[in-house]
Amino acid sequence: MSTSISEVKEGIAPLTRALTIQNRFGIHARPAALFVKTANRFQSDISVEKDGQRVSGKSIIGLMTIEGYQGAILQVTATGPDASEALDAIEDLIQQKFFED
Amino acid sequence: MDPQPSNAAAAELELKGVGVSPGIISGPAFVLAPEDESVVVRDIRPADVPHELQRYEQALVATRQQIRDLQHRMTESLGKESAEIFEAHLLMLEDRAIYDEIVRMLQHELKNIEYVLHEVTNRYAQALHDLQDEYLSERAVDVRDIARRLLHNLAGRSSSALSELAEPCIIIAHDLSPTETAGLNKSKVLAFATDLGSPTSHTAIMARALGIPAVVGMHDVSLRVTAGDPVLVDGQHGLVFVRPVAERIERYERKRKAHAAIRLRLGELRDQAAMTRDGYNLPLAANIELPADADTAVLNGADGIGLFRTEFLFLNNVPSEDEQTEAYLQVARRVAPATTIIRTMDIGGDKFISHLKMPQQVNPFMGWRAIRFCLAQPEFFKMQLRAILRASTLKNVKIMYPMISNVKEVIEANRLLAEAKNELTARGEPYDENIEVGVMIEVPSAALTADLIAPHVRFFSIGTNDLVQYTLAVDRVNELVTDLYEPTHPAIIKLIKHTIDVSHDHGIWTGVCGEMAANPMLVPLLVGLGVDELSVNAPGVPLVKDVIRSLRYSQAEELGQAALRSGSADEVLHNCHTLLAQIAPEILELVE
Repeated sequence: MSTSISEVKEGIAPLTRALTIQNRFGIHARPAALFVKTANRFQSDISVEKDGQRVSGKSIIGLMTIEGYQGAILQVTATGPDASEALDAIEDLIQQKFFED
Repeated sequence: MDPQPSNAAAAELELKGVGVSPGIISGPAFVLAPEDESVVVRDIRPADVPHELQRYEQALVATRQQIRDLQHRMTESLGKESAEIFEAHLLMLEDRAIYDEIVRMLQHELKNIEYVLHEVTNRYAQALHDLQDEYLSERAVDVRDIARRLLHNLAGRSSSALSELAEPCIIIAHDLSPTETAGLNKSKVLAFATDLGSPTSHTAIMARALGIPAVVGMHDVSLRVTAGDPVLVDGQHGLVFVRPVAERIERYERKRKAHAAIRLRLGELRDQAAMTRDGYNLPLAANIELPADADTAVLNGADGIGLFRTEFLFLNNVPSEDEQTEAYLQVARRVAPATTIIRTMDIGGDKFISHLKMPQQVNPFMGWRAIRFCLAQPEFFKMQLRAILRASTLKNVKIMYPMISNVKEVIEANRLLAEAKNELTARGEPYDENIEVGVMIEVPSAALTADLIAPHVRFFSIGTNDLVQYTLAVDRVNELVTDLYEPTHPAIIKLIKHTIDVSHDHGIWTGVCGEMAANPMLVPLLVGLGVDELSVNAPGVPLVKDVIRSLRYSQAEELGQAALRSGSADEVLHNCHTLLAQIAPEILELVE
């Protein structure tokens, strides 16, 4: 199924990015809190999937339960008018190792 | 609190746990009963849904405010780090997934909000609880803590009985949540005793920060004490006496008074040197765990910090390089011009930090801990080294590596230290280029090869707790073999003497920072073996100073010589006892 640029712009089609957890200690409480705070800045719905388990990117408890250890690959999906910006911000946070290392 | 006259005749009960904060105190028990978690279920009509939701919203607002207040109070009394858990609590409280699920379930099942809330949060808590990761798994406690708070607010009850203590009492509980300890009316709490917990648990840290006695890990104290029971807590020895007999109370009262009297006298020693009667000066430093402890060290008249156990900074999260630098600087500034010896983190053994993802180990004391853990993660280690270096600008900081078993480890750690220095130079950050490096001597192999290690360091510090445990093959946390844990064993005496002699041959010095240094009976022995410095827990400084000031160096030498000749741990201990009885009988009475 192909998606047109205009569909994405209007926030109809979801955008997904595969992101690899970089920080040594993975998504424990503090990184989960930062993830949620970042996701909450955007209107888009954000979900995170790992090994078939899918949780809301705006739920701290959900994020903790997926056990995102160092090296884990997360499929982060954003749906909404600012989906692309949201994914950029989350990717940046993960690349910055949640300011941990 | 209900009076319990029937208990007056009941027999005294002695319970043992782990003493995590010293002091002797008695008072009535306040037993924190496990909450009644049963929640009433009732059906609601579809028309009631908005009303139930509104009640929930109100409870959310009230709970948010309570958590913010707690966070504020905690930050003021214990610092930002201790309050950080409440930041996560706020996010959990506002968790969208939980909120959405509550709304959905409320509409579909048409049950009261209390029931729905309880069901949903329980499911999430269980999901967290089932996780492999120990640290994440513990967060289930936080979810339940928040749910309980919301339920209280829904019921219009005040949050905690603990905030309404009427008279000073001793808190007995199964476990205390961060919310409960933070909400305490501290002026009414005399001591803590809990079924669960460890020296690094929240309750222990809290008790030490408040300076009140605490005993944790008591298994079932909360079931064996009734509200109002008279209780006596000995935080030093990890003992709790329930309904103590008159004789016990008298003995402890004498002890407490003697403590107080000696403390008063010892307070006058603060500005005096730790010098023997015949003029031999022995630097006496303090062991600390958190930056704030440096105050206690200075107030007790310590000559600087002989051991800063940095792993306690890593308890709740991994502090950044800047945060670490700030913590180290705080101590260095507080004790300047005296020295601070910062030990790189010693994690593993009996200190676990679950967010650092250490694997479960069958034999952690001999496993992947301390320097072994750090050398395997050079970037992590160098972050700490850079932070220590940045705190060395006053030129009063030294670095110490723990758990060295092999000179190769020292060489490797020094190589990483050189890298850390280069990185700071490249950044243009100042540090003490001549910072001194030392090692802990706590593994027999390190003591026996002290001559190989000495050329790479400027000092040794003997960690007697581990040295005794490793040399005698006695697990120091296994109560079945405590009888075999003998610091005066001839093997220990020989290893200490050997280490000291080798250091002197190489023109460097040896200190002792383990429990032996804090034992007034064993202090003269260590002095007699030629030790150059002692470092003890800050509150113990005046006591040890008093022993040193009561001692003649010649007496200590004689004791040391006799110990080296003796083949019996009991005989050595007996001689130590005799000497202390002779030079400082009042202190002997205090420690016996």
